[in-house]
Amino acid sequence: MEQSKESTSIINVRDLNLFYGEKQALFGVDLAILEKEVTALIGPSGCGKSTFLRTLNRMNDLIDGVKITGDIVIDHEDIYKTNDVIKLRTKVGMVFQKPNLFPMSIYDNVAYGPRMQGIKNKKELNKIVEDSLRSAAIWDEVQDRLKTSALGLSGGQQQRVCIARAIAMKPDIILMDEPTSALDPISTLKIEELITNMKKDYTIVIVTHNMQQAARVSDKTAFFLNGEVVEYDDTDNIFSTPQDQRTEDYVTGRFG
Amino acid sequence: MRQFKDNLFRGLLWLSAFLSVAILVMIVGFIFYKGIGLISLEFIFGDYSPTGGGGIWPMIITTIYTVLISLVIATPIGILAAVYLQEYAKQGRLVRLIRFATESLTGIPSIIYGLFGAVFFVTTLKLGMSILAASLTLTIIVLPVIIRTTEEALKTVPRSYREGSLALGTTKLQTLYKVILPSSMPGILSGIILSVGRIVGESAAIFLTAGTVAAMPDSILSSARTLTVHSYLVTQESGDIELAAAVGIVLIIIILAINLSATYISKKFNKATNK
Repeated sequence: MEQSKESTSIINVRDLNLFYGEKQALFGVDLAILEKEVTALIGPSGCGKSTFLRTLNRMNDLIDGVKITGDIVIDHEDIYKTNDVIKLRTKVGMVFQKPNLFPMSIYDNVAYGPRMQGIKNKKELNKIVEDSLRSAAIWDEVQDRLKTSALGLSGGQQQRVCIARAIAMKPDIILMDEPTSALDPISTLKIEELITNMKKDYTIVIVTHNMQQAARVSDKTAFFLNGEVVEYDDTDNIFSTPQDQRTEDYVTGRFG
Repeated sequence: MRQFKDNLFRGLLWLSAFLSVAILVMIVGFIFYKGIGLISLEFIFGDYSPTGGGGIWPMIITTIYTVLISLVIATPIGILAAVYLQEYAKQGRLVRLIRFATESLTGIPSIIYGLFGAVFFVTTLKLGMSILAASLTLTIIVLPVIIRTTEEALKTVPRSYREGSLALGTTKLQTLYKVILPSSMPGILSGIILSVGRIVGESAAIFLTAGTVAAMPDSILSSARTLTVHSYLVTQESGDIELAAAVGIVLIIIILAINLSATYISKKFNKATNK
């Protein structure tokens, strides 16, 4: 993390500790995430990568007994010092492990966020829905059936509509929590392509179990182990010349 | 031997199923056999006449009044209470205590509620023996039912819906309104329907709070009798089993219609939300 890159970082995490009640899950995490790049978080199950991801839009607030120390500065604002969680979450979108569309039509799902922001104009909503679905590379597949239930789509299609739903909020950052873990290889490939295309407009932080995926889609990779960041570097370096023995053991498949 | 045991067990299962259906058929058959002779348009829509030969329209109207008034009061309070307990309250001792209390309330015999209503609504609040006093008493009776079923319905809403909605920068209230409540609607509706059945079927508590006046009520402050109370009183006073059975037929048909509409509504809701 040289000084030159620090200047373009959009998320700055300093000495972040997280506790579930008595149990500490994150230990002194320092991370600077760069604007309009894809950052992958890898590591074995239970290493804290998903927990960390969820601190970035304060989703952990929903769990009782979570305590956090340290700073997370997004866009020059310490997100745990302001009380405007709503504003934070409009700026930082999220795509979950399993597609979680609401039991509504495809259109209503994508229009949900903007509508909740108070946008009522039909033309405006139509445009947002179309643009978002196009950006998520799913428009061609669903344009004839926007008014039908979103739950009738295949898993891969649903996940892309979930991405469209996040895009509809025009966020700066999109968090993805193992977005392809419930999908078949072809759907996975489509989502990966999509992620690569999306980074010109968005900063993406993606948690993945799949190291090939991290290697394929990300610019930077952070390796988590037991709640700590062991190594954080360009993805190429992490996979070709890791500095830490533990990183090397993990990326070469010796454990995890 | 093993084969024999298996067959015996099968036989037992079949017998139990058969018995429970047979008993139901017998009761309904008995009621219809005894009462069907009296059923006519005149009987259902006619005014009551104490000398005999009159109809039961005042009792039907009274029953409808009690159902409507109790539900208008109990439904919003019950749903809000359930939402508080399930979505807002910090899960702890107080919430456990409230849950325990609502659960216990469902087990109390309705005559006790009737006594309370007679003392509190009729006397203390000076509502007199009236449809309103009875409806308020019934409100207390069905409140725990609505709270419990609504809570169960809220619990079935997947966590991922809540997260999905909140992650889009919505407030808790918006999430509740747009995602959680619509998804739990079938469950909430079935709770309300259950309550309707409970109200229509209630007699002891109504007897003590609405009285037994067998006439068309002038207002909700009039004393009046519901169908169940009427059925009880005609058996009691004149031993007129046929008349009581005829009232029974009307009650059975009302309950059946309510249950059928409940299944229909919740199916429609499921289609609207899931398909």
